[in-house]
Amino acid sequence: MSSELLNLSSVSLAYHTVEGETAAINDLNLTVYEGEFLAIVGPSGCGKTTVLSLIMGLMQPTAGSVRFASPDVRLGYMLQRDHLLDHRTVENNVLLGLEVQHRLTDDAKARALRLLDTYGLNEFRTYKPQQLSGGMRQKVALIRTLAIEPDLLLLDEPFSALDYQTRLNLSDEVYRIIRREHKTAILVTHDISEAVSMADRVAVFSARPASLKRLIPIGFLPSLSPLERRRQPEFHDYFDRIWEELHA
Amino acid sequence: MKPTAVSEAHARYLKTIRRNTRLVRLARIGILIGFVLLWELGADLRWFDPFILSSPSRILATVVRLYSDGSLWLHIGTTLLETVLGFLLGTLLGALFAVLLWWLPRLNRILDPYLVVLNALPKIALGPVLIVWFGAGMTSIVVMGVLVSLVVTTVTVLNGFLAATDEKQLLMRTLGATKLQIFTKVVLPSGIPDLISALKISVGMSWVGVIVGEYLVSKAGLGYLIVYGGQVFKLDLVMASVMILCVLAALMYYAVALLEKKVRK
Repeated sequence: MSSELLNLSSVSLAYHTVEGETAAINDLNLTVYEGEFLAIVGPSGCGKTTVLSLIMGLMQPTAGSVRFASPDVRLGYMLQRDHLLDHRTVENNVLLGLEVQHRLTDDAKARALRLLDTYGLNEFRTYKPQQLSGGMRQKVALIRTLAIEPDLLLLDEPFSALDYQTRLNLSDEVYRIIRREHKTAILVTHDISEAVSMADRVAVFSARPASLKRLIPIGFLPSLSPLERRRQPEFHDYFDRIWEELHA
Repeated sequence: MKPTAVSEAHARYLKTIRRNTRLVRLARIGILIGFVLLWELGADLRWFDPFILSSPSRILATVVRLYSDGSLWLHIGTTLLETVLGFLLGTLLGALFAVLLWWLPRLNRILDPYLVVLNALPKIALGPVLIVWFGAGMTSIVVMGVLVSLVVTTVTVLNGFLAATDEKQLLMRTLGATKLQIFTKVVLPSGIPDLISALKISVGMSWVGVIVGEYLVSKAGLGYLIVYGGQVFKLDLVMASVMILCVLAALMYYAVALLEKKVRK
């Protein structure tokens, strides 16, 4: 496998409320390698999203460390909801990240617009988000995340708000985009099929406080799309294995 | 912008819509004309005493008299100036105050109960105090107009800001945005509809403030005419002033609504 990009070592995190203290993560060890697609599955409410917040730096661990291979690893975060800004056009939504980070050069802008074009959204450039379907909105949100050229993509249940059809199609497309742009990605999901159909490795988390229960490598060829993977006979074996890990 | 029918059924559909619109418009005008006619008729036939209830013709005569002795524009101008000043200042200060409270959440938390009380308090109760502070003149009336629209603007705009913040804060933080960026790129633009709703509320509020202010202390203005007319039992004058007030308030409201249409586009 290629070189390490991110390392979580003995990470613990406790939430404080007036009522007391809740352990959300307990002694979590996890390494993410460059270019891989890692999926995290776990029982709902186990603190999967919290792990992304820790990686993103939105929260600090109570104990342990979150270390990147280099200090200038750039992160992109894709949320469950698209959070497109209604008063901006699709194009200006896509440029939001660059704008906020003061990196809106002509080059960067051209690159972002090329992404829109490559992924079939060019004719919607001047549309407002309200005019787009849920799946298209989420695609715009992905391109907004890609526009800042992240080295590591954090995907926080990005398909869970969509209907089943859109979900399958979009996960197929997002997978292709991420592979083609050679990004490293961490996908948090509660959907086992989604994890198996997209990831190189699936990390199964325990119930709260979350820790790593099992790492399951998925042996499909990366050239197979998620939809094609779903048709492979081994797909169900992976599914069953993860199911058992989750319910053991 | 007349939509063209794409089929016969669509044409029928469009026709129904047009007929309904026409019906509503006709009914509205009908009510107005019917009301005026009935009022005039009732006064002529002595169903009631026109000295107490006035009548459309007497109101018209009063307006014409005010116009010919030159005082009509003085009174309208005075009230309009006071209201526009009160409205603009109240909205501006209210919006600025909302920005301040958004920026400093702790200040917002500290001041919250005071804001609630100020919002609940009938501001016109402060009238006598204002006269003592600002003198028996136009300043007191404008301050009253400001006061009445200020608090409601602050509360409405602040709530709009906070809703927008809850919604998009996480996204902006993942992009690494500063507080100023969150404000200028998200909170302010998505707060504009709330700002406009606040304008619509406070334009009415300013009229309340100014008219009450004029009741308490004034030498000119529509509120002055109403009080004066009531005191000397010239009900024609009172009714004429109220009618003018109706027209002015409606015009100002529509001006704001027009602005809204422009901004929403």
